[in-house]
Amino acid sequence: MTMGKRQKRPRFESWGRFPTLQAKVVPLHWTTDFPLSAAPAAKQLPVGLGRSYGDVCLLENGALLATPGMDRLLHFDPATGVLRCEAGASLQQILDFAVPRGFFLPVTPGTKFVTVGGAIANDIHGKNHHVAGTFGRHVLRFELARSDGSRFVCSPVENQEWFAATVGGMGLTGLITWAEVRLRPIVSRRIDYRGVKFHGIAEFLELSRTSANEYTVAWIDCVSTGKNFARGIFMRGDHTAIPGPLKRSKESKLVFPIDLPAFALNRWSMKAFNSLYYHRQIGQEKAGPVDYEPFFYPLDAVQRWNRIYGRSGLLQFQCVLPRESGESGIVEMLKMITVAGLASFLAVIKVFGDVPSPGMMSFPAPGITLALDFPIRREKSFDLLDWLAKITQECGGRMYAAKDARMTAEQFQAFYPQWQEFARYIDPGFDSAFWQRVTGRRPRDE
Amino acid sequence: MSEQRALPQRLLALGATSAIAEATLRIFAERGASLVLVGRTPHKLEAVRDDLLTRGAAAATAIVADLDDTAAHPALLAQAVEALGGIDVALLAHGVLGDQAHAERDYAAAEAVLRTNFLSAVSLVGWLANYFEAERRGTIAVISSVAGDRGRKSNYVYGASKGGLNVFLDGVRNRIDRAGVKVLTIKPGFVATPMTAHLEPNALFAQPAEVARRIVRAIEQRRDVVYVPPIWAAIMLAVRAIPGPLFKRLNL
Repeated sequence: MTMGKRQKRPRFESWGRFPTLQAKVVPLHWTTDFPLSAAPAAKQLPVGLGRSYGDVCLLENGALLATPGMDRLLHFDPATGVLRCEAGASLQQILDFAVPRGFFLPVTPGTKFVTVGGAIANDIHGKNHHVAGTFGRHVLRFELARSDGSRFVCSPVENQEWFAATVGGMGLTGLITWAEVRLRPIVSRRIDYRGVKFHGIAEFLELSRTSANEYTVAWIDCVSTGKNFARGIFMRGDHTAIPGPLKRSKESKLVFPIDLPAFALNRWSMKAFNSLYYHRQIGQEKAGPVDYEPFFYPLDAVQRWNRIYGRSGLLQFQCVLPRESGESGIVEMLKMITVAGLASFLAVIKVFGDVPSPGMMSFPAPGITLALDFPIRREKSFDLLDWLAKITQECGGRMYAAKDARMTAEQFQAFYPQWQEFARYIDPGFDSAFWQRVTGRRPRDE
Repeated sequence: MSEQRALPQRLLALGATSAIAEATLRIFAERGASLVLVGRTPHKLEAVRDDLLTRGAAAATAIVADLDDTAAHPALLAQAVEALGGIDVALLAHGVLGDQAHAERDYAAAEAVLRTNFLSAVSLVGWLANYFEAERRGTIAVISSVAGDRGRKSNYVYGASKGGLNVFLDGVRNRIDRAGVKVLTIKPGFVATPMTAHLEPNALFAQPAEVARRIVRAIEQRRDVVYVPPIWAAIMLAVRAIPGPLFKRLNL
């Protein structure tokens, strides 16, 4: 059945739903669909599932090359764990395929609804960064297609400068058509979990230092003050060594049904949420086997959870501060956040390891990383973000492009002094709202 | 018969690179089926075959063919039977949407739609019906469309090709069901595929994976006609119920 043609195109939103920019969405179904047969007059940008938060996956009046239709699994070798797949395959699809075969992702972020292409383009990290490094460390090679029609294979030994520019290259260097990723073996879906309560950053750092686990991350209360300041739960996990279930996950049917009104998230509701979350774990320590789904992807259980923030959306902030200046810097940030009373329930803190990131523009670096989200309250939220960016800069840290909608060109260029070197690899047909902003060609969205 | 049967293991897919066929084939592949894939574009067919083998297909043979060439059908189908050592299910998934406005101006454009969607299916199903009738088993599953239920000005050439197909399949079913051969007419509504990429998505758009799950269930349950998703059965009942004098004035 068909309908009459209409002119209006769907709007593509990032997960933060801010900013909102009109663009044309061009779905790609085959790796040969690019370059487009009718070359667009506008600039192009590959996009995946739109899980980055700010404007790194947006381009006003551009052509967004939507890759999720290119989701084929092209080859898998169970002897080596190497999977070759098209770039639009999601981590969810890979898990559905790999877990029943006794394999798992080498690195996973907090959602499985991201594409392999997006994982490479943002050189994502996970709870095992301190031992495994970034996602790009586990990418053996990929094909890069450029808008001039050329395409070539990139790896750490082949076209290595293109490999380095494309890993963490925010989709700007060309379209990744397929990639090879080395998966890791598991014997069960289960994770041996241990949660430990802590008070203060010093305790958190001590727990990080003394944990020998593959996965470590902490949830931190960004609302409470006084004796509860910087309390949190330190979470450790390892893939269990005891053979167990390897079934494929069931698909979650829960969808957050409505855009909540702006007043739903306020100082009091967030305080209540943070207290509840902290006290959900009754004792000082809690240990036992848990399934990988709630361990890695607690929020994936509710589709479209970003609607909690309403139509106006949310702002994410993630920085990494060097070890030396990190502790005092994080404390200063937390104080500022609690005073502003804007923080919400997704504050996460982790110590990154020393494993070098393979991308020229990769975000992770040795140090302490803090990630949180804020509802958008004009002035107030933007001011707070400006302060956090300032502290980040003073501490010699940097911010994460995939979670940013607000850093200035000056800040970005200080965080990533290699940006001009990177710019030489950008596809002349490509651009993004983020890149326009951080190169001073586009004002910050209000 | 209402009992669920094990999913058939040998499947021939005609138009294997269509989004709905590919999603359906993934389910068969994950259960270890043997496949013959027929499609027009070699590199697309190869990507689909690689994916299905990776997902667990016991075997996947790719055959490049233009299904408009009805003269080549008997040899093509015989080749598929030989490759699989016999067919349990034949899935016809090839088709074109065409351009209604173009077809109104140019008979050749209308004829091309009818040839691909209707005449090639008459040839293929004709051969397969005889094959399965002799075997006294098997399933012919054909992807038609809700558009074949009533002609509308926005796409009646496409609709006529699918309407003709539906009537043809009714007749074949009437002939060979008694021989133990199932003829399944699949009527999808809007599905998010390359064929509909130019349309504005709406709440009725279904994903190919969901449509595929329902197709596999319909094959297992040995159904005759299935609307996917099922909401379209109600929608088309209503569309068919509109009296002619009123219908002709509507913009549908």
